Amino acid sequence: MKRRWNFWLWAGFLLVLAGLLSYVPVFALFPLTRDFPWVNLLLFAGGAVLLLGGLKRAFGQPDLYRGKILGSIMAALSIAGIGFFMYGLFYVARQLPDSAAAPRVGQKAPDFTLPDQNDKPLTLAELLASPLAGAATARANGALLIFYRGHW
Amino acid sequence: MVAISVDTPEVNRRHCQKLGFTYSFLSDPKAEATRRYGLLHQGGGPNGADIARPAEFLIDSKGTIRWVNLTGSVTVRARPEQVLKVFDDLKLASAAGP
Repeated sequence: MKRRWNFWLWAGFLLVLAGLLSYVPVFALFPLTRDFPWVNLLLFAGGAVLLLGGLKRAFGQPDLYRGKILGSIMAALSIAGIGFFMYGLFYVARQLPDSAAAPRVGQKAPDFTLPDQNDKPLTLAELLASPLAGAATARANGALLIFYRGHW
Repeated sequence: MVAISVDTPEVNRRHCQKLGFTYSFLSDPKAEATRRYGLLHQGGGPNGADIARPAEFLIDSKGTIRWVNLTGSVTVRARPEQVLKVFDDLKLASAAGP
């Protein structure tokens, strides 16, 4: 008798792949799914359940279902992929300097002069003295500085 | 509101054009301001380049720092609604925006 195609293994592996490949182009774009990657973790969990079910069928009913070898390979790849994802997101992404020397609340903000995207120099003092276009009052009430890692 | 990174003005210009940002993106290629704010992340960039760690500072019109956000993970940044709430709580009018 021809053994049946083990659909659960493939579905599980595809879910894990979807979880791995969707974070950067999709879920990292929205704070709700980026700060904690719960959608990706759910995809991994669903994939793991299906893979386990598929492996159980492959090894428990080898006369009925295929997938002992391929299923094991897919499960191993899934574990490696999920491990890599967790390592990146929960370890590498948190390797930031503690920045103990950063100025604190109540301290004077260090001034700076830096060129903007049109090569026009801008100082913190100017930022604080002049309102931005469209502001309701004649002078600025403050400034928000956003330091970011850069565009690459 | 200004953004600051070690990227060159040229890179920032293209970045702003591509994504439609209209506020100022400041360029700190030698990480001088980044160092002054204690935010240098040595070797944190591509090919071991020195970059800034992500951080947000809210400064009042007298130049005093009123709020600091030093995230613990590169994937977690201050959200707009979070910053707006700080504005409200500190009674800094929204004139510093958009």
